[in-house]
Amino acid sequence: MKAAAFAYAKPASLPAAFDLLENPNAKVLAGGQSLIPSLNMRLSAPELLVDITGLPGLAGISMQENSIRIGALTTHAQLEKSGEVGKHVPLLAQAVPHVAHAAIRNRGTIGGSMALADPAAEYPACAVALEAVFVIKSRTAERRVKAGRFFKGLFETDLKPGELLVAVEFPAAKKTDKSVFLELARRHGDYAIIGLAAHNSRFVFLGAGSVPVLIQGDSMAKARAELSKSLKPSPDLYNSSATKLHLAGVLLERAWNTTTTLH
Amino acid sequence: MEHDYDIALTVNGTAVTRRVSARQHLVDFLRDDLGLTGSHAGCEHGVCGACTVRVNGEIVRGCLMLAVQANGCRVDTVEGLSDSKELARLQKAFHERNALQCGFCTPGMLMAAQDLLKAGRKPTREEIRAHISGNYCRCTGYQAIVDAIEEVMHGQS
Repeated sequence: MKAAAFAYAKPASLPAAFDLLENPNAKVLAGGQSLIPSLNMRLSAPELLVDITGLPGLAGISMQENSIRIGALTTHAQLEKSGEVGKHVPLLAQAVPHVAHAAIRNRGTIGGSMALADPAAEYPACAVALEAVFVIKSRTAERRVKAGRFFKGLFETDLKPGELLVAVEFPAAKKTDKSVFLELARRHGDYAIIGLAAHNSRFVFLGAGSVPVLIQGDSMAKARAELSKSLKPSPDLYNSSATKLHLAGVLLERAWNTTTTLH
Repeated sequence: MEHDYDIALTVNGTAVTRRVSARQHLVDFLRDDLGLTGSHAGCEHGVCGACTVRVNGEIVRGCLMLAVQANGCRVDTVEGLSDSKELARLQKAFHERNALQCGFCTPGMLMAAQDLLKAGRKPTREEIRAHISGNYCRCTGYQAIVDAIEEVMHGQS
C-alpha cells in the first residue's frame, strides 16, 4: 500500500503549472484525498504530481452580483465554516457534512471532488441541481461550462488535457428557493448508497448512475413517474438496483415533503 | 527524473530538515525518519484514521498526505500533544473508562477527540460518534471510547 515512485513539483504561478502539465503523464494534486489513496493502491502511477496548492487565485469564496464564486482549492472544512455558503448556497452547505470525515474534509477540495467526478460524490449532484458554472483555464484561454455539460461519464469530465478547473460559480439562492440534501450511507461519511440534491423542482440523484441523474417534476406524481422511467441505478456490493431504486423513491418523497412545507 | 526533495518543517515544536522521497507519506516520514511511532499506519488509504496527525492545527490523515507536502508546515503528533499535556484529560478518561483494548486506534482516536474538544462545544453522543466516524476501532470498543470522550467534553473529569 505504498505509492510507486513519482516526481513532485509545486509551481508558484499558472504559467509554470501549465508548463508542467504539458507532460502527458503528469497529474494534478490538490487536496489529494482521492488521488493519494489511488496512488497507494497503485490504481494510478503518474510520473509527476503537480501540486497546485501554491497557485494564486484558486482559493477563497467571493460574492458576485447574483452568484457566489468558490475557488477550486477551497476545502470541505472551509465550505462547512463559511457563513456565505450557508446563506447563499444552502444546498451545498447541507451536503458538506456528508463528505467523508473531519480529517479528510480539512484537506479535500471542491475542485478536486468536481474534477474527479466520482458518481457517489455529493458536490457534482449539487452543481447539477443548482445549475452551477465551471470556470476552466488553459494556458491561453478561460472558458465556462454549465454543470449539465461538465459531467460526461464515469470519472469523466469536460476538462481537457492541460486544463485546470479554477472555480465553480453557484447562483445565489433566492428567498423563494427551496433546497434539501439527503443521503443514505451505511455509516456516517461512507460512500453514499444513494443520495439526492433537490432544488425546487430539480431532483438530482448521486450514486445512481455514472453521472448525476436529473429528474424534473412539478408534482410528486410526475417526479415519481419520471424516476421509475429514467433511473436505472447500478447495483453495488450490498444493494441491488431494485433496492437503490426503492431508496431513491423514499428520498424523493422525503425531499418533496421538505421542500413543499419549507417556509 | 528527480524524486527526492529537501523539506523543512516543525514537528512537535522542533525545526526539522530532511531529504525525502516524493512518494513517502507523512506518517511514514514521522515513524521511519523521525522515530515518532505513536501515529500508526493502518489501512493506508484513508479509511481507518489510525494515522491522524495535526498539520497547521488541523487534523489530517497522515497516509493521505505526502511528507513533501508538509514542507513549511507545523506538524503535531500524539507524542507532542502528550508531552504538552494537551491530551492529559482525554488520556486519563480513556484509561479509567477502559476505552482501549489493543490500543492500535488510540492515538488517532485521541487526536480526533481532541479536535472536537478544541471546538469548545458540548456535543451529544451522536455528534461525538459522527466526529470519530473516520476512526475505526477493530476491537469494536466504541461504547467506552464515546463514554470517555463524553466525560471530558462535559467536564466531569
